[in-house]
Amino acid sequence: MKILSYLGLLAFAALLIYAAMGLPSKGDTNALTNQEISLTGSQVASSYYIKRSYTDAHTPNLVTTILADYRAFDTLGEEVVIFTAGIICYLLLRREKKSETRKH
Amino acid sequence: MKHGSTSPIILLSSRVISPYIMLFGMYVIFHGHYSPGGGFQGGAMLATSIILLRIALEEKVHQIHFRSKLGIPLGALGVLIFFGVGLISMLFGGYFLDYSLLPIPGYTPAELRNLGILFIEIGVGLAVMTVLVSIYDNLLEEDDV
Repeated sequence: MKILSYLGLLAFAALLIYAAMGLPSKGDTNALTNQEISLTGSQVASSYYIKRSYTDAHTPNLVTTILADYRAFDTLGEEVVIFTAGIICYLLLRREKKSETRKH
Repeated sequence: MKHGSTSPIILLSSRVISPYIMLFGMYVIFHGHYSPGGGFQGGAMLATSIILLRIALEEKVHQIHFRSKLGIPLGALGVLIFFGVGLISMLFGGYFLDYSLLPIPGYTPAELRNLGILFIEIGVGLAVMTVLVSIYDNLLEEDDV
């Protein structure tokens, strides 16, 4: 039974590797997902990012440029979410003063 | 975690490892323009190095290292850095978070965007680090006598 499950895992890994070989390489503007016009005829943002991000922000890392420049508002929201989580932990879990807790 | 560990191996190794984790976290934040990384990941690493000392050492020592009271205010400062960079660029005539109009002389707009990304990564790193440490502190607070 154990051997069967290992074999299943190996087959699944082989399937995943086979599927990953078909993925386009990073930053390939000719890939189907990165074309300027998508299959449905709408404009696609990713080809603009790939072509223009270095001239726009002089930052070699495309992911950083998208995260912190093009989509900076989204990142601001994420940071506010983390900060809200911290504040809520503080409000719910902070230690009350001893005299108040003893009375009740 | 009031008393910390008594094993000298744990005490020594945590004290030796912690600064290097912190250095690597700084590297991840400040090298995020060129390699995988950025504020979130680097901030989590900085928090790791602080929490390692909180686990290993006694309270008196790790409070000198990073005071629990500072957690929430510094997190707010991190959010304010991010928000302030966006607001400054808006006040100087651009859109919110349009770094190319930051009032720093001697830079082209593209280089200013590079700088703006660095500023907000610092803000994100500061907020993530302090909030993670503050959550840890609040979760493990003991009712001491």
